[in-house]
Amino acid sequence: MAYRSHVLVCAGTGCVSCGSYELGAAIEGEIAKRDLAGEVQLVRTGCQGFCAEGPVLIVQPDEVFYCGLKKSDVPTLVEEHLLKGRPVTRLMYTPPAAPAPVPTLSQIPFFAKQKLVVLRNRGLIDPERIEDYIARDGYAALAKALGDMTPEQIIQEIKLSGLRGRGGGGFPAGVKWATCRQAAIHRGVEPIVVCNADEGDPGAFMDRSIIESDPHSVIEGMVIGARAIGAQQGFVYIRHEYPIARERLAKALDQARAFGLLGRGILGTKFDFDISVVQGAGAFVCGESTALMASLEGRVGEPRAKYIHTVEYGYKNLPTNLNNVETWANVPLIINRGAAWFTAMGTGDVSDNPWNGSSGTKVFSLVGKVNNTGLIEVPMGITLREIIFEIGGGIPRGRAFKAVQTGGPSGGCLPAAHLDMPVDFDSLTAAGSMMGSGGMIVMDDQTCMVDVARYFIAFLTEESCGKCIPCREGLRCSLDVLTRITEGKGDEGDIALLEEMGGVMQDACLCALGSSAPNPVISTLRYFRDEYDAHIRDHTCPAGVCKALIHYEIDQAKCDGCHACVTACSTGAITGQVKYPHLLNQDLCIKCGACVDACKREAVLRA
Amino acid sequence: MPRLTIDDLKKMRDQTAGALALRAGTARARVTIHMGTCGIAAGAREIMAALLGEIERQGVTDVLVTTSGCAGLCSREPMATVEVLGQAPVKYANLTPEGIQEVFRRHVLGGDVVTVSALASGCETTG
Amino acid sequence: MTDLIKVEQIVDRHGRSRDNLIAILLECQEEFLHLPREVIESVAVRVKAPVAQVLSIATFYRGFSLKPVGRHRIHVCMGTACHVQGAPRLLDAVSRELGIQRGETTPDMEFSLDTVNCLGCCGLAPVVTVGTDVHGKLKQTGIPRMLRKYVKDYKAKTH
Repeated sequence: MAYRSHVLVCAGTGCVSCGSYELGAAIEGEIAKRDLAGEVQLVRTGCQGFCAEGPVLIVQPDEVFYCGLKKSDVPTLVEEHLLKGRPVTRLMYTPPAAPAPVPTLSQIPFFAKQKLVVLRNRGLIDPERIEDYIARDGYAALAKALGDMTPEQIIQEIKLSGLRGRGGGGFPAGVKWATCRQAAIHRGVEPIVVCNADEGDPGAFMDRSIIESDPHSVIEGMVIGARAIGAQQGFVYIRHEYPIARERLAKALDQARAFGLLGRGILGTKFDFDISVVQGAGAFVCGESTALMASLEGRVGEPRAKYIHTVEYGYKNLPTNLNNVETWANVPLIINRGAAWFTAMGTGDVSDNPWNGSSGTKVFSLVGKVNNTGLIEVPMGITLREIIFEIGGGIPRGRAFKAVQTGGPSGGCLPAAHLDMPVDFDSLTAAGSMMGSGGMIVMDDQTCMVDVARYFIAFLTEESCGKCIPCREGLRCSLDVLTRITEGKGDEGDIALLEEMGGVMQDACLCALGSSAPNPVISTLRYFRDEYDAHIRDHTCPAGVCKALIHYEIDQAKCDGCHACVTACSTGAITGQVKYPHLLNQDLCIKCGACVDACKREAVLRA
Repeated sequence: MPRLTIDDLKKMRDQTAGALALRAGTARARVTIHMGTCGIAAGAREIMAALLGEIERQGVTDVLVTTSGCAGLCSREPMATVEVLGQAPVKYANLTPEGIQEVFRRHVLGGDVVTVSALASGCETTG
Repeated sequence: MTDLIKVEQIVDRHGRSRDNLIAILLECQEEFLHLPREVIESVAVRVKAPVAQVLSIATFYRGFSLKPVGRHRIHVCMGTACHVQGAPRLLDAVSRELGIQRGETTPDMEFSLDTVNCLGCCGLAPVVTVGTDVHGKLKQTGIPRMLRKYVKDYKAKTH
């Protein structure tokens, strides 16, 4: 629908804290009242740069700038400007003529394309000050949940929002909560809520960053969840490798207790709930729900078969609701602003069934061979191309994009042909990868896909707990085969063997670590079969990564004889006079690549 | 701190609502150093120390220094945000200890944005 | 001599509960830098658990070490982002430089070398940590200089 006019309300920090949300809501109300909803659209924008004059707004296409607005100005503004087309001079402001010497954030694609919901407070609040969080509407959702909603209503709101677990599986949170609550009532026991902060996927650090920049949003989500499910005890299981996150979380919990937001009689109601922090000790498999609960009980983190789910028999056999950090951090916003606001973002129609789409946003860690690495939050349904080329700014040094890996060791690598695919739970799964917790690793033409597959299988071989045979032995055998291929000793039958072993693991492994373990191999076989063939048949590594299949050469035309590589070489394989092209002795070369790092003219070639 | 009730929380929110925005009469500027794990690994603590040292040397008392989490753009860490009263906030990237001191002298005290290390002005859009 | 009184204090602080074995062992490890046999036995006695159970935890989780470690613990990050930016070559280079393999300690007990699965500083890949210091965007050629920061009289073995 085309609107004749847009009202851009600033939602930067300054304006929000001067009430720009309330102002926006009042304008929306007024627009509806005057029957202008089909003609005028209200948009909340990033900082418009006039924080001192907030709250500010711009009416487009007239380019009229209003500032210092109060709710009482709204009826006049809407009636005069939006209905009658007469700008209200007394509310207008003329910005200073001198343009800002630097671009605004909204002109930089890295920031402009993002939609900050979970990360709404990043960089704005001091994570160690609960007052900052409260000033940004923190704990307002908890007040609403405790004051105005029954547990059933809370669960219903989460169900309607279509919120799916951000930790990997994408299980609808509302359904999980309801099952856990039912199980507890049915058995007459107290349920437990747990936050999974054991973010083990390599290349992923969303949860760490959420806890570090906004720990209270996770706590608030958990308290609301506990209220809905009926729990009095909660745990955060956090990775040992995240000391700063742990420290900030512990501080936040202390503050929440001191403010009566945790403990007995939360916010003056009869509701009691408290959270303990439990540290992991470095085991990837503990991200799996049953292994995590074993570890919470102080045992070895081995998964068990899941014919009985943890929502019924989890921690110490109590009904246990486990969600990850990002899922919990979404909860306060859904309660505060309603399921409809949440489902307006994302893909599919989740109104009847949360499995029918992916609502809301997703936080990704965008890393690897991409110019702007970082932590990003985007609406579900954005394309991979937008993420990698607009937000990420493309591939460094103008090299060619080859693949993007999502979903960690359980995910897969997607090729350039999938760049225009929307990013949501179901599209990624259909393409042979998965959403996972949100790691997104970009790879260029100097990344070998066989080596990447080998890397993930090696990772999982070490992290397999060893309890079930298909995983323990299947991974070890797959690793042997892949290592053989990367060393140029692969046979024609190896690919079939990998596929067969993958099939057995998918069918027979005890937990998701094992059953999803073949994914990196299967997805690279599906999209990059030619690279496997090159390794096996031609004994070459097209990307120049696999040590046994490459050698180094010095491009005589490019080398200016600067001697940097001679200094860097630890075996004396490179010789030559200063200012004359150098020579590399293949017999002495150990292929460490130090010369490539040292060369400033890209004169050392891997072939 | 007394334990809050629902009403107390609402009152507190209203009282603190303006606290995050700079207001005349409190401070002339605020500098936020972004300190997530990545920022700290890239040297944010050294940036903080250099800034505090410079503030002490200049004898300035009406500039707030605060910390916050990661600003998101890891490849450009360490980062800081400078807000001068009445102006749009400016994010600085790839800072060095000397860089933040120059930003403090020229931007916070002098009012000129240091364009070489400035990334952009404004805040991010929040949904 | 291992100070077993410290072990008892740690175990007591955690209520002598088997439920807290991981937390107990983490604190012991922080205290003694590794978990010697007598610490494990003492913990087992104090929480009334079989030694085998304590040992199974100490060997299951990566965060524990049964062997003494060096004064400076070097961890080469093996996360995916670091991997595609050349972490394996970096690990080889550190290994060559110190003359030890992953999981080993130099004879002078100065450096231990190990890997870690993602520290979450992927923007700085490839990353190496020495103790709590993070060294990002590291190149092979920068390794001797990095090591010299920790041991003044450090001489690269291969030079």
